[in-house]
Amino acid sequence: MNMIQAINSAMDIMMERDPDVIVMGEDVGYFGGVFRATAGLQAKHGKTRVFDTPITECGIIGVAVGMGAYGLRPVPEIQFADYIYPALDQLVSEAARLRYRSAGEFTSPITVRSPFGGGIFGGQTHSQSPEGLFTHMSGIKTVIPSTPYDAKGLLIAAIEDNDPTLFFEPKRIYNGPFDGYWDRPSQNWSKHPAGEVPTGYYKIELGKAKIVRAGEALTILAYGTMVHVCTAVVAEAGIDAEIVDLRTLVPLDIETIEASVKKTGRCMIVHEATRTSGFGAELSAIVQERCFYHLEAPIERVTGFDTPYPHSLEWAYFPGPVRIGEALKKIMKDA
Amino acid sequence: MASEHPRANLQPLTLHIPEPKFRPGDAVDFAEVDVPPAGEARRPDTADKASDFIDLAYTLVRVLDDDGNAVGPWDPKLSPDVLRRMLRSMALLRAFDERMFRAQRQGKTSFYMKALGEEAVAVAAAYALDYEDMCFPSYRQQGLLIARGWSLVDMMNQIYSNTADRLGGKQLPIMYSVKEAGFFSISGNLTTQYPQAVGWAMASAAKGDTRIAATWCGEGSTAEGDFHSALTFATVYRAPVIFNIVNNQWAISSFSGFAGAEATTFAARAVGYGIAGLRVDGNDALAVYAATEWAAERARTNQGPTLIEHFTYRAEGHSTSDDPGQYRSEGEPNAWPLGDPIKRLKDHLIAIGEWDEERHAAQDKELAEQVKAAQKEAEKNGILGHGLHQPLESLFDGVFEEMPWHLKEQRQQMLDEESASGRPWDIKA
Repeated sequence: MNMIQAINSAMDIMMERDPDVIVMGEDVGYFGGVFRATAGLQAKHGKTRVFDTPITECGIIGVAVGMGAYGLRPVPEIQFADYIYPALDQLVSEAARLRYRSAGEFTSPITVRSPFGGGIFGGQTHSQSPEGLFTHMSGIKTVIPSTPYDAKGLLIAAIEDNDPTLFFEPKRIYNGPFDGYWDRPSQNWSKHPAGEVPTGYYKIELGKAKIVRAGEALTILAYGTMVHVCTAVVAEAGIDAEIVDLRTLVPLDIETIEASVKKTGRCMIVHEATRTSGFGAELSAIVQERCFYHLEAPIERVTGFDTPYPHSLEWAYFPGPVRIGEALKKIMKDA
Repeated sequence: MASEHPRANLQPLTLHIPEPKFRPGDAVDFAEVDVPPAGEARRPDTADKASDFIDLAYTLVRVLDDDGNAVGPWDPKLSPDVLRRMLRSMALLRAFDERMFRAQRQGKTSFYMKALGEEAVAVAAAYALDYEDMCFPSYRQQGLLIARGWSLVDMMNQIYSNTADRLGGKQLPIMYSVKEAGFFSISGNLTTQYPQAVGWAMASAAKGDTRIAATWCGEGSTAEGDFHSALTFATVYRAPVIFNIVNNQWAISSFSGFAGAEATTFAARAVGYGIAGLRVDGNDALAVYAATEWAAERARTNQGPTLIEHFTYRAEGHSTSDDPGQYRSEGEPNAWPLGDPIKRLKDHLIAIGEWDEERHAAQDKELAEQVKAAQKEAEKNGILGHGLHQPLESLFDGVFEEMPWHLKEQRQQMLDEESASGRPWDIKA
């Protein structure tokens, strides 16, 4: 299965198991979504459970909040994460706070799916990584899978979760893992062990990171597409790095991070989002607070630049093998 | 040939900035406010198409005439008993507001908002809805809770953020949430409740339920994007929802012109969406009741949403933090051509021989006592100014269903700091 099929399977299974799960969003119904993630769901589960919506993101999320308050479990799709900004208020002031402000009288058990990240020549409006906006606001969970297997298990966990959850799908790796070299032929998930996805129900607990590669030389904290780019760079460089796929940013798996950095004594953080106030800044602060006396080199951050996402210069912007390699040299200099 | 100044002969453009008719010190004359005679507006069948009665978005549905008679096709023909109960709820709301406003001035709470002059809007609507219908109010619909017979003490506990506050002191006073009474948690961010009400109504329809949703916002906040998103969703899916716009003329100090009132009515917002639109005399409890009942019937028979503009007047400031004397003429509230909603309903009951001034005065006295007694009861649980009423650690409750490590860590840090400070808070470490 590729990641899209895995995501489709997760929604399908959850709709079968729970009549309160509904799927909504632009183009998700008859057509099955611009990335085909909801293909076949309307035909199988009916038009009142899987339907197209008007093009109004604040409407989609506001309506989902109301449905959640009624007792449904909406899984709204925002077609591209770049379009989530009109829904920001409904997400962070409403969904994220409803439980707190009503002392549990009303909740928002919604799971917002949205493709995010760059590397597909999507320009400024189809490439952004807005996760840091949401990790900064209390009351909302943020989940980012990096494989089909994880995507299905995490999405099922998110739909079952009673808190509002953002499920950001790294669209560059929908069809296969990505090594960061845009001009090389890319692999398909069918040739990757994480592409072996059970057809039935299973879930992966939110808040648990995964050690993708165990190592001793340094810890790399990454998520989404960057997990695969880092894995490829590390293999090529022949460095014994420990690569931690965070999988969820909120809640964060602090135990795995802390144990890994204390073991290796070095920490590199890699994400596609812009650098300033990005989630890497939080990770860096956390590692510094908890692991300072174990660190043998300054923490390195490899991120997107503080510019809008450029169309033609996409591969200069993208934190690819070159930038990650330079950071590796720097952090390993005194090793 | 093109000259050096190709537009030299054109008049310069001018930018229009709306300005209310009267400012402090101005004499008020509301002669320009068009008040059609009561009973004049037609009452379409609830199954009629929205486009067949667009005129109703531009007039005023009125039932009570100047002599206190209920006239015309919109007269809901309520029994004297219901009329008296409605009058009582409106008078109770006014007494409650009066006492809580004073409680704020006495430093017993931080904030309060009165519904003075617009009591009919929420109260009459509550009587026309089923108790099971879900209300998504804005911040001036406390009349819904009062009309639904909800405990005044419970409301006051919330206002005081005391030990019995069902919201654990987490919300600004008057931002109630009472699921049991079909009253959705109030947000301070304007009109966010509009799409939420649509979502609730759509869910109800999708599940084959019979309950409908109703929501309220002020005329000023119809400018918010959420308002338009909600109307789009509602018309697309024919959601069983009633949109109420409380046009009380003032959004804090901005008059209704800054939301577009100079160009059209607020009920006319419905027209572009193909939604049924009604503009009603918001100070006429019978008109509000009739319009809501009509809209509820439309919703319940799958005819879709209705938008009702309640044309009314905010006789008091926006909140206890506002001074309307700074921006509007003090003559406005009394000159308002639609009168006082409580007096109009009272006059009607008197006109039909079902009420009299003596009983009304006695009721006012009784309600004042009832509110006073409730206040005494609520204050046993504490008032906002008197220290902390909630356990410190509760600050972290309810961010998530289960508390993640980082909140547990922050909670412990706070408790440790409090313990070390030696301050007399009740620490349950």
